[in-house]
Amino acid sequence: MGFLQIFRIALKSMTGSKVRTLLTMLGVIIGVATFITLVSLGEGTKKSISDSIQSMGTNLINISITGRNSNRNVTYKDLKDFAGQNTDEIEAVAPTVSGRVTLKYENKTWETSLEGTSPEYETVRNTPVQNGSRFITHMDVDYRQKVALLGTGVINNLFGPGRNPIGERIKINGEIFRVVGVLEQKSAGENYSLDDRIIIPISTAQRLLRSAQIRNFSVQARSPERVNAAMFKIQEFLLKTYKDDSAFRVQNQAEMLSRVDSVTGAMTAFLGAIAGISLLVGGIGIMNIMLVSVTERTREIGIRKAIGAKRKHILAQFLIESTVISCIGGLTGIMIGFLLAGVIPRFSSMTPVITSSSVLISFLVSAAVGIFFGIYPAGKASKLNPIEALRFE
Amino acid sequence: MAAFTESGLGVVVVETTKPLIDIRNISKVYMMGKVELKALNNVSIKVFPKEFTAIVGPSGSGKSTLMNIIGCLDVPTSGQYYLDGKEVSQLNDDQLAEIRNNFIGFIFQGFNLLPKLTALENVELPLIYQGKCKKERYEKSLEALERVKLKDRIHHKPTELSGGQQQRVAIARALAGGPQLILADEPTGNLDSKSGTEVMDMMKELHNQGNTIIMITHDNEIAVHAQRLIRISDGEAAEDREVG
Repeated sequence: MGFLQIFRIALKSMTGSKVRTLLTMLGVIIGVATFITLVSLGEGTKKSISDSIQSMGTNLINISITGRNSNRNVTYKDLKDFAGQNTDEIEAVAPTVSGRVTLKYENKTWETSLEGTSPEYETVRNTPVQNGSRFITHMDVDYRQKVALLGTGVINNLFGPGRNPIGERIKINGEIFRVVGVLEQKSAGENYSLDDRIIIPISTAQRLLRSAQIRNFSVQARSPERVNAAMFKIQEFLLKTYKDDSAFRVQNQAEMLSRVDSVTGAMTAFLGAIAGISLLVGGIGIMNIMLVSVTERTREIGIRKAIGAKRKHILAQFLIESTVISCIGGLTGIMIGFLLAGVIPRFSSMTPVITSSSVLISFLVSAAVGIFFGIYPAGKASKLNPIEALRFE
Repeated sequence: MAAFTESGLGVVVVETTKPLIDIRNISKVYMMGKVELKALNNVSIKVFPKEFTAIVGPSGSGKSTLMNIIGCLDVPTSGQYYLDGKEVSQLNDDQLAEIRNNFIGFIFQGFNLLPKLTALENVELPLIYQGKCKKERYEKSLEALERVKLKDRIHHKPTELSGGQQQRVAIARALAGGPQLILADEPTGNLDSKSGTEVMDMMKELHNQGNTIIMITHDNEIAVHAQRLIRISDGEAAEDREVG
């Protein structure tokens, strides 16, 4: 007797009790949908952070000064001089101070992140401006000009989408600034953090944010091959000043990426584990229903055995039933997961990313759940004694 | 198994008049806790092809146990059972299932049809487990249903049929697999007298067509329809005579 025939028998008994089959599936559907959605959120977060790091440029080295107890701090000028002496390794240095600020235009307000920096930032951090705009100039920095460049996210929220803000005056934390440029859009999503920011001259920012010390510098290495050499020189230079290698951190992009990967990877694994538990519960639900089903259908099993069904036929019938239930549940869950991941960006700033591996894993796991939790009830059914089963009321 | 199937053709058996069923000194002992309960005690029976035998006895006499053993649903504690010349008392579950599938057609007191399947699908069951293809299953099932005069009810579910009709579907199912032996356990037990007569007439007709039938019953009035009567009493064959 063919596999196809047992498959038909199993399918028939499933469609015979639709509500119960659906309820049994529900556990797996919820489990798989949760898995797909949560993992897609984890992957989405990872991707958005990785993208923002990668968009900064491949030769980028980040310096952050964490030490506080030294008499003398490394200044922008120190690093600029240092860069001038090491032109083989270092192309340019851009300082940054950053903070959260409130913008006001006419009667609209918007809170965003501000970065104060120098003209080098444009190339060092790979931040081009749109046509008709200009970046910050050395003049702006020297004379503490109150000029600002806006990201497209800010323009959408403060001016409305598509409006040209150049020449307009806005208030940043109550002080009037003139808009001189618009940053090139970095991503498709409008709420994306890379586009929701403004840039002003470093000197102006130091006053506005009341932070005299610059703690972050972005350094552009001459080429990707020189990144390590540049990092070595920078570390040597900083160590000379601070005498303590815990007072600063020098990281290249690859290190930043791997750091982010390890954090977001742990987060994705955690979310996946939560979803895995619900999948497990769904599997136990299948086993539960299948056990009830075996008891309920004892007489049917008795009849089939009396007529000539072998153990393997009964085993296959119940195993196929549980596996088909969990596989259909898995597929439905995957579709619902896709649906949820598609809907999430409408209600939040998160952009879920569904990977083929998460789809494959969740389907295989749901199939495995059906087999694993179906084996015990199916085995029980196949071992029933036909005489006793026929007597069962 | 294959050799068994080939030798099991009715024609061969008739020519040699070998017994279809040859039970020798069979005993069946159940353990009820620590007490031994002897359901069958040293029973020997021969049944020849084309015979219509009734096994009668009151409840508790051991006739159900004997039927289970004859029907290969159970194995004896001791003794030999040759079914069509092959010793079957020592076979395992799956081997017994194969014999039930190919050699025996069951008719139960409670019909035992699957409620979610149509008459046709119920009749197809033994053919499914025989591994027959769809076309052959359909043809053989239709033919069996025709023989029990239910050709116009093939797509009805058991609940849509009367008791007599359900039992006829069960008879068709017993016939569909082309068995050597039809084993009926109180086939009229759940039927009113009119349907009961109808079913008994059908059994007699099957007998006239050359089928070997063994019928278990506690009802002497039903038993006289048979050709031969074996009375079981306290686990022993107390009487064996020709009737009708």
